[in-house]
Amino acid sequence: MASARARAGPDEPEAAALARDARRERRRALVLAAPALLLVGAVALLPTGWLFWLSVIEGESFSAAHYLRLIQVESYRRIFWTTFEIAAVVTILAALLGYPLAYWLSRLPERWANVGLVLVLVPFWTSLLVRTYAWLVLLQRRGLVNRALLDLGLIEEPLRLVHNWTGTVIGMLHILLPFLVLPAYASLRAIDPAYLAAAASLGASPVRAFWTVFFPLSLPGLLAGCLLVFVLALGFYVTPAILGGGRVLMVAMKVQENAGLYLDWGAASALAVVLLLATLAMFALLARLVPLERLLVSRS
Amino acid sequence: MDRRAPVGIRFEAVTKLYGAVAALDCVSLEVAPGEFLTLLGPSGSGKTTLLMVLAGFTRPTSGRIVVGGEDVTRTPPHRRDFGVVFQSYALFPHMTVAQNVAYPLRMRGRPRAEMARRVAEALALVRLEGFGDRRPDQLSGGQKQRVALARAIVFEPRVLLMDEPLSALDKKLREAMQIEIRQLHERLGITTIYVTHDQREALTLSDRVAVIDGGRIRQLDPPRLLYEEPRSRFVAEFVGESTILPVERRNGALFCAGRPLRTTRPLPPGEPLHLVLRPERVRLATSPPAEPVNTLAGTLEDLVFQGESLLAEIRLEAGELLAVRLPTGAELSDSIRRGGTVWAWFAPEDAVLVSETG
Repeated sequence: MASARARAGPDEPEAAALARDARRERRRALVLAAPALLLVGAVALLPTGWLFWLSVIEGESFSAAHYLRLIQVESYRRIFWTTFEIAAVVTILAALLGYPLAYWLSRLPERWANVGLVLVLVPFWTSLLVRTYAWLVLLQRRGLVNRALLDLGLIEEPLRLVHNWTGTVIGMLHILLPFLVLPAYASLRAIDPAYLAAAASLGASPVRAFWTVFFPLSLPGLLAGCLLVFVLALGFYVTPAILGGGRVLMVAMKVQENAGLYLDWGAASALAVVLLLATLAMFALLARLVPLERLLVSRS
Repeated sequence: MDRRAPVGIRFEAVTKLYGAVAALDCVSLEVAPGEFLTLLGPSGSGKTTLLMVLAGFTRPTSGRIVVGGEDVTRTPPHRRDFGVVFQSYALFPHMTVAQNVAYPLRMRGRPRAEMARRVAEALALVRLEGFGDRRPDQLSGGQKQRVALARAIVFEPRVLLMDEPLSALDKKLREAMQIEIRQLHERLGITTIYVTHDQREALTLSDRVAVIDGGRIRQLDPPRLLYEEPRSRFVAEFVGESTILPVERRNGALFCAGRPLRTTRPLPPGEPLHLVLRPERVRLATSPPAEPVNTLAGTLEDLVFQGESLLAEIRLEAGELLAVRLPTGAELSDSIRRGGTVWAWFAPEDAVLVSETG
């Protein structure tokens, strides 16, 4: 004990005092954050807990019946499959479309990049419902897209672009794209241009410099965007309901159906809990691949 | 490492305009094969632009750059075969030290065994054996600096460029690294262009120093000549400590602060003339000298102990401040008092004259 104190040296009391100050500072910050924490607790955590409670109750007793049904009934399995498939396809397409856009924006002078970002954000000013109906108008059998393709002679028959899987993906992709572009842009912008200059000086052609240096460094931001898009897509309701034409059933729609139509809160809760856990699992998986704080807070 | 024969570099009337501003104003410069040349200047002088143009990161508006007899003005940076050490080091954070150093070899498609051997050699050269598996964020500033150096020389580049590589290090480490860079250059014999705003660093490292200001080379000389024979007021002020005093010319004779001035140095063309006095070349006395030639009188304002020397600041009769450096323990330093009158004296060979423009 004595020797340990001797090793710690004269700095030890000072370090302890500094740590105490830091703790006090944290407590003060907590007081400031308290309203938000209380709100989240009351509005999000309590209902979620209640949801969980409902999902394990059948009648008057505990039961796993709601969960067993999700596994045993084939239509439930298909709904989960559809949901994850659509979320995955939308995420991949968003990455393929959004990354080049974010890259281009990140290379622009700051002023023009800001203009570009505002344009990326413009769709947020319109309600999601309006945007979804707009896609319905554009994509329908006699809609603008089919008309243009027919007039150009590219197709003989109108394409089935809506009231199906394709329409759902197109609509969701449009709505979710900004959620990929923004974090990707932030992380691309934070990459020191000196890395690319260094790669060039060391003999890397622009293409190789991109793939060996720039792309790996931008991966955290890209993954953050993908995660955001994927998680949001899992819970989509309005867009698949309108653009899917009843042919595309996603989990959120089934939750609504169970709760609103059949008043079966247990079944609805079980679905919601599984979706929530799947989402958390995605976060956990990604947190292993990329440090989460770097993912949400972009640093160079 | 077996080296290729060093190459020379020639800038031919290189101009770089940013809008109407000339960052480089018709710079012509010849660097000998194997030479260590430093570009020295204040920030915004154009020294970094000159390096960037040479590295190929930016194209000159006009002029040519010839390296080893080959015009590289339009060659993209990845085909120039120059090693560059950046001010921020620019070590790739997603690669280990060994992967960083191997990067230029990988880009050149060298076989795996050769890569491993050369990486080990390069790390040994910068005394970082055993650091290959570390990540850049696990290294100290000095270690990062050495990795950046290893990465820039491992592929035996034709030219080594360094952009203020030591500016992020503390003074002690900086001085140690200066010696290491100097020794490395002697061992490898690679033509090296070094950019710095630190005049002491420039004097320590270089075979020759190009003092740059306003996009032009103001003086290009070996360190000693640069220090002892500055050719303009700007160079005299920028390189080393100095006191600069106005000189009058009356009937062909020179006067400084009303006293006759004698010099063995050549008179520069142009007017007005200035006297450049290095603090360590001026001597002090507490009584008036027998002859008024090359003397200045004033009041001792401050006397600062700085370890190896004492710095005396003397307010001259005309109001200028004269800096004089005295060896610690010199007999005189005990007898001079703050607020007392002192006389400064300098030898005719130490009286350097410059003109405003140079």
